[in-house]
Amino acid sequence: MDIFAQQMVNGLVLGSVYALVALGYTLVYGILELINFAHGETTMMGSMIAITVIGALFGVAPDLPGIVIVFTGLLAAIPACMLLGYSIERVAYRPLRHAPRLAPLITAIGISIVLQNVAMLIWGKQYIAFPTTLLPQGRHEILGASITDVQIAILFLTVTIMVALVTLVNRTRLGRAMRATAQAPAVAQLMGVNVNRVISATFVIGAGLAAIAGVMVSANYGQAHYYMGFLLGLKAFSAAVLGGIGNLTGAMLGGMLLGVLEALGAGYIGDLTGGFLGSHYQDIFAFLVLILVLTLKPSGLLGSKSVERA
Amino acid sequence: MLNLLKSKAWLTAVLLLLGLILLPFVVEASLGKSWLRILDFALLYIMLALGLNIVVGYAGLLDLGYVAFYAVGAYCWALLASPHFGLNLPFWVILPAGAAIAALFGVLLGTPTLRLRGDYLAIVTLGFGEIIRIFLNNLNAPVNITNGPQGITLIEPMNLFGFSLGKKQEILGLTLSSPHLYYYLFLVFVALVVFVCMRLENSRIGRAWVAIREDEMAAAAAGINTRNIKLLAFAMGATFGGLSGGLFASFQGFVSPESFNLMESIMILSMIVLGGMGNIYGVILGALLVTVIPEALRYTGELQRALFGEVFIDPADLRMLLFGIALVLMMLLRPAGLLPSKQRRQELAEDAG
Repeated sequence: MDIFAQQMVNGLVLGSVYALVALGYTLVYGILELINFAHGETTMMGSMIAITVIGALFGVAPDLPGIVIVFTGLLAAIPACMLLGYSIERVAYRPLRHAPRLAPLITAIGISIVLQNVAMLIWGKQYIAFPTTLLPQGRHEILGASITDVQIAILFLTVTIMVALVTLVNRTRLGRAMRATAQAPAVAQLMGVNVNRVISATFVIGAGLAAIAGVMVSANYGQAHYYMGFLLGLKAFSAAVLGGIGNLTGAMLGGMLLGVLEALGAGYIGDLTGGFLGSHYQDIFAFLVLILVLTLKPSGLLGSKSVERA
Repeated sequence: MLNLLKSKAWLTAVLLLLGLILLPFVVEASLGKSWLRILDFALLYIMLALGLNIVVGYAGLLDLGYVAFYAVGAYCWALLASPHFGLNLPFWVILPAGAAIAALFGVLLGTPTLRLRGDYLAIVTLGFGEIIRIFLNNLNAPVNITNGPQGITLIEPMNLFGFSLGKKQEILGLTLSSPHLYYYLFLVFVALVVFVCMRLENSRIGRAWVAIREDEMAAAAAGINTRNIKLLAFAMGATFGGLSGGLFASFQGFVSPESFNLMESIMILSMIVLGGMGNIYGVILGALLVTVIPEALRYTGELQRALFGEVFIDPADLRMLLFGIALVLMMLLRPAGLLPSKQRRQELAEDAG
């Protein structure tokens, strides 16, 4: 098996998840210039809820096809996370919209601590298993790399969602309202845009994407954990920054790039440093990318210049 | 000086000093030995919070990776005074060395981030803190430097003038236990840090920090070298962090990467925010509250048993949940903290008017 091809496949799958979560950061940042720190925890909640629903449904109706059960879990997690995203905005961000910038940052951190601990109290401190046996088990060989059915489904689903989201933002009334709000909230309001509703919609869409990403990542690795959202969120944020925060295409590109970079980095870091650093340094790449991008080109690969003031 | 001697301030100072000297005896007698250790940690956190207050409170540079400097100081002590490398350097060498290396890391972090502010700076510093932690966690192979996740044990306790703080000592007919002795040592350092902070606050440098916090461009236009003054803030904050780290390592006798995670940075930040940013008294109050309240919450286990007959939620698990809720409520209800600095209060009053 070719290591390079295999790590490319792994990186693209990982990158799909980062990209979906990064879209949530970028949507919110584009409109409010706020880092929704609790976004990673929304992702975690998505996979936890999905796993619970899947387990319950399998208990009641074990004869249903596995894929239907998993899909039901996903469909249950999406509205649950949307509701969560909506509530977070109402409780932690809306009252502080005109406060100094430090205030919403601290509430965001507070909310993410609360969500982590609620998840820990509900689901416990252990890893909980995703019933991967319900999913198709096929494996395929492509250019010397092996790819599973689940990974193909993740890539396919991600691309579909991205196309749908770009269409939503560029072609619909809501999308236009979102773009107008991002440009100038006050003016948008004067033109008859309900700014609060647009912001809520943004949070809801982002949370829905996070739920899907959460289910994907736990289906791919076969497990979920109350703390998984934290690192995932940070990496997805790095991806959003890499692509140019506030820019949808940038978030997708950044997510994919970061996923590939991380996978290749983990695969080759041992050889590159003569065995001094091993693959357990995998998590370092996202942070290095983050620091390098922010210090060298804060607007990211595809971002506009205006972000520099942040 | 003569005025001071005549005024009531003198009496207050003596009473305060006396109270602080007697405090560990009172705490030990009324609450028990474990609370004496908590008191020691509270003093360490006051030092840390005052250090971070320089960076965040005065200079307005939001640093979420502050714990990295605490870690650098602690590991510096651990490596230079433990069987790990077989080194046993004296206190007078290690503590300044730890603080200096931490300051160096402060500059190292500060230099590339000079252009950033606000959220972006917060995220970069957070990334920096995580990178340090990942290295501490993994630098055990092929050359074992940090001993990985197991951490470094058997760190030697502080030794002052051939007088070890690690075991019981007889002084003036009183037997003082190790946490007792550390309490007095930490108290001296806290006093030192408070003194430095107070002098800084009204100095040229302190004013320059506030100036760049309020409006960096105007500060630069007024002739302040914003680059140097920002780097100085990072370095000063890091020095205090490194100092506390060294003291922590010798007190605990053990360091591991687990003590230096992001949550610790957030805890220290919330001390400042809760107490009142930029105000020394506020920061001290915040540090005390954030250290003591979670410990007090341990008693909720007994409360649950009394109310429901059994413990539903492990109090240790409840702590962080309540802490998170407290952070949110605090920001919603009292964003300026419990004791806002005078300057901040003026600003808020102007805004309202």
